[in-house]
Amino acid sequence: MADIATIAFTGLGLCFFIAGTIGLLRFPDVFTRLHALTKADNLGLGFITLGMLFQVEGWREMALLVLIWALTLLAAGTVSQLIARAALKDRSG
Amino acid sequence: MTVWLSFVALGVLASLAGALLRVWKGPGPADRMMGAQLVGTGGVAVLVLLAPVHGRGALDVALTLALLAALAAVGFVKATSADGAGDPEEDETPSPDRGPAGETSDG
Amino acid sequence: MTWAFDAALCALILGVAFATVLGRGVFRSIVFFIVYGLLMAVAWVRLDAVDVALAEAAIGAGLTGVLFLTTFGRLARNVSDDAAPGRFHLPAALACGGLTGALAWAWFAMPAPVRREWELPPAGVENPVTAVLLNFRAWDTLLESIVLLAALIGLWMMARDGDWGDRLGLPQHVRPGGVMAGFGRLLPPVGFLVGVYLVYVGADQPGGAFQGGTVLAAVGLVAALAGLVRPPRIAAHRWRVALVAGPSVFLVAGLAGAVLGAGFLTLPEPVAGTAIFVIEVGLAISIAVTLVFLVLGPPEGERRE
Repeated sequence: MADIATIAFTGLGLCFFIAGTIGLLRFPDVFTRLHALTKADNLGLGFITLGMLFQVEGWREMALLVLIWALTLLAAGTVSQLIARAALKDRSG
Repeated sequence: MTVWLSFVALGVLASLAGALLRVWKGPGPADRMMGAQLVGTGGVAVLVLLAPVHGRGALDVALTLALLAALAAVGFVKATSADGAGDPEEDETPSPDRGPAGETSDG
Repeated sequence: MTWAFDAALCALILGVAFATVLGRGVFRSIVFFIVYGLLMAVAWVRLDAVDVALAEAAIGAGLTGVLFLTTFGRLARNVSDDAAPGRFHLPAALACGGLTGALAWAWFAMPAPVRREWELPPAGVENPVTAVLLNFRAWDTLLESIVLLAALIGLWMMARDGDWGDRLGLPQHVRPGGVMAGFGRLLPPVGFLVGVYLVYVGADQPGGAFQGGTVLAAVGLVAALAGLVRPPRIAAHRWRVALVAGPSVFLVAGLAGAVLGAGFLTLPEPVAGTAIFVIEVGLAISIAVTLVFLVLGPPEGERRE
């Protein structure tokens, strides 16, 4: 049962990862690519982490996984804002 | 299960390879930096997938990578600012004797 | 199926290495180098060398990336980014190729490693890497910590005379309440805990002084770059004490070993565990402070264009 959940969630996460990369490659603009990068990839990572929650043993590893995901979210939010504003200044300056 | 996890990890590596194409082509520095950011997130994903095989160690490395994921981007944004030490959110040109952030308001 | 993953990882690492060296533009090579560090961290985990992976993740992907990017930021003002790659240098290529071939031949010529439980002599700690670094080969680690200090002193010699009393690095300024300031407020507490955890757990699991010290350095760098803390003045005494704390504690422990009759840098069996922990704490502090100062740079006043 846990294995089925893992397979489902990690598969979904992989789809989002691939979608994020396709977006990064195909979108026309820095800002649109930023959407693909931060939204799709972090959603993919979230699903993969969710799937792996069923595979690790012990509460400490589970808490570690959740912490990893939370930190990645924080980093993604910060990076998207900073890069977007820097690119905006680059474009208008 | 290990077979499936290896397959998913392989898929994540493939999407990383796609991101490297963006680093190679990307017309601007921001594009290249975004490619590096994707590799960081992908690296965390791969390490999380390797956790059942390699145990706690893989998760510790994933934690370190997640912690430092934004550091390179912060360095990039600082480096491309006007005087090498600024913040892209500041509206006016920075003056020489501005210190670090004083008391802040929420939001 | 794992061999497919390993093969893909190796191909990716080689591709990134080639892309770093070839092609135009310094910035692209810098970004590829950061990517290379990230992929190498994954490769080290795959090889079960978690201590090395931790160090690679913190340094290669974090600190070195910031160092290169800051350097590029200064160069870019004077140098165009479209510089052509250097000429192909045949002797260097042959030397590198020959070395790679020799390593590959040596790897395949060695007998297959026999996997058995590590039979290290009792060292006071369970983690074999820590035992080797801080007990059996303590000489090397002591000298390495002094070398790190020497690198910092060498960097400080580059400061201009007029700047000598100033704070380290460029004065950072951020928008108060902005994204960068918020990031600098949220990340360092968590990072500090992770760094301390890595130092503490280094006795039994992968971790240790160097890994924890580099994470602490990265966290301190984030705090400094986000303008939350101002870098100290170059002559600040407390920070100088922190810089030499590691090598001094190490030296004292070594001399204590000599005084107790066990020999210089030999830790007697009953106190080995505690002594190693104390040395690790000192080393972590020194490494963290040294690395932050190395990345921040010598004191510079305002940029004079």
